[in-house]
Amino acid sequence: MRAPKIIDSIRFLSFTFIFDIMVIKTEGLTKKYGKITAVEGLNLEVEEGEIFGLLGPNGAGKTTLISMLCTILKPTSGRAWVNGFDIVKESGKVRKSIGIVFQQPSVDDLLTGRENLAMHNLLFGVPRSIRKQRIDEVLSIVNLEKRADDLVNTYSGGMRRRLELARGIMHHPKILFLDEPTLGLDPQTREHIWAYISDLAEKECMTVMLTTHYMEEAEQLCDRVAIIDYGKIVALDSPETLKNKIAGDVVKIKQKVRDIETIKNLDYVKGVQEKDGLLYLSIKDASKHLQDLLTHTGPIDFVEVRSGTLNDVFLYYTGREIRESEAEGGFWERMMKR
Amino acid sequence: MSNFFSEIEGIYAVWLREAKIYVREKERLISSVISPLLWIFAFGAGVGSAVNDISGYSYQIFIYPGIAVMSVLFTSLFYGVYIIWDRKLDFLKEVLVAPVSRASVFAGKVLGGATDAMVQGIFLLIIGLFIGVPMTPLVLIQAFFMLLLISIAMVSIGLVIGANLNSPEGFSLVINFVMWPMFFFSGALFPVGNLPSWLEGATYVNPLTYGVDAMRGIILGINHFPIYYDAAIMLLFALLAMGAGVLSFRRM
Repeated sequence: MRAPKIIDSIRFLSFTFIFDIMVIKTEGLTKKYGKITAVEGLNLEVEEGEIFGLLGPNGAGKTTLISMLCTILKPTSGRAWVNGFDIVKESGKVRKSIGIVFQQPSVDDLLTGRENLAMHNLLFGVPRSIRKQRIDEVLSIVNLEKRADDLVNTYSGGMRRRLELARGIMHHPKILFLDEPTLGLDPQTREHIWAYISDLAEKECMTVMLTTHYMEEAEQLCDRVAIIDYGKIVALDSPETLKNKIAGDVVKIKQKVRDIETIKNLDYVKGVQEKDGLLYLSIKDASKHLQDLLTHTGPIDFVEVRSGTLNDVFLYYTGREIRESEAEGGFWERMMKR
Repeated sequence: MSNFFSEIEGIYAVWLREAKIYVREKERLISSVISPLLWIFAFGAGVGSAVNDISGYSYQIFIYPGIAVMSVLFTSLFYGVYIIWDRKLDFLKEVLVAPVSRASVFAGKVLGGATDAMVQGIFLLIIGLFIGVPMTPLVLIQAFFMLLLISIAMVSIGLVIGANLNSPEGFSLVINFVMWPMFFFSGALFPVGNLPSWLEGATYVNPLTYGVDAMRGIILGINHFPIYYDAAIMLLFALLAMGAGVLSFRRM
């Protein structure tokens, strides 16, 4: 009768050991809305200090996954631990360990930047003695000191985003969740925000989990990327490895007479995808094989050679390209809907 | 103990936000002051000129406690719509993921709504001094707390409705079905004695009747039920409404 107890305690110990390294862990995490399965049996482990990206088109289940990890949504089945705490049974402790920047803007328009931060301090139980210092600290990180006492409704989209970022990190969370942190922002602001995020992750030793459908964002920021489609992980690795996996270069080609089979059988062609009448070929060293390739394709209308990007990886795994137009409208569009 | 304090600070944070927004949205302040003035002066004086005195008071004075309750009722119930806006704006998410209990979030919202309503309530009590309502400092204090109790109950009801609906349009539809019957069947505009029996039944099941009765008892000394009885019923109703509110917020 004693044996199971010992086994249990060994299991318990090994679990706690795993949690020391794995800041986020999910086991068969599933969320269903009626008949629709938004997240399906997800197994995921994120290490401490990692910047982890969830890449996928809209409706892939990224936001649902993050909402479950943030304890906003309850999973239909499966389990998950954030900072070692069960997201269902210990949601209070999970909430204390995390910071969140939502997809939709969520700072208060009729409060000043500083007031928004002060409210967050109160809600997240930041000790009174360090409140003012924390506010000044995060304001300087996101360069908003000068506008801190203006009402948020006078801020630009990028400034709001920065304020939200500041708010998300103010209580020094162990894990920061960012849901589409740069959606709808102009390229320059986007790069600024990337710089802030990687800076923060390094300085504060924070684990960051972000969703995005911007390839550059995933490539530039993330240590590891999970490509999610229809609620499942279809690929997971570092952006570099992912790119290498599908071979270095991409040849985009339009044949006069469609003939995939011949091309597929060429040994240097690692993968073939067809989309809108165009063939996307993954080839290890395209410049070397191009001439030979063209002898097999027959007459062509069009050819383009370029080095592979994460976009090609995505296309390879999902058969679709991520396009910006797939997003649920830009930041400003959503602001207008208010 | 530290847990207790963090809940209190959570309540304070939510209330502070509501209070600041209220002060900054001038339209809310102005509209909440104008409409009761119209009721007292246009309606009360107008109808009063065609109606005999009731229990020795002019009609304008007789309906004054009822108008005060009405203003608080309207503002309090309509306050529930802000929870829908908060949710649409996603502002609420920030509060909902905070490590404070939903009961505290709800309490903060109730206090915020009650603050709105009581600014109006205090304004009306001051107006009362100028139109000849007999008020002593004790009456003012009692009236203030009675209005506060009514306001807390009604803000809770408004928030329950708001928490369970998704559109502001739906909210105004539902709230109209709650607000007007409550107002008309409360005896705010007429004495509760010698009514036709169907109307009497309607007023007796309406919790607001007891609020109006208490206010009229406190201010004019005319009450149908004992005041402690009125107050007890309002308190019970407020507790029930708050319980329903906490449950609704937990499901949000």
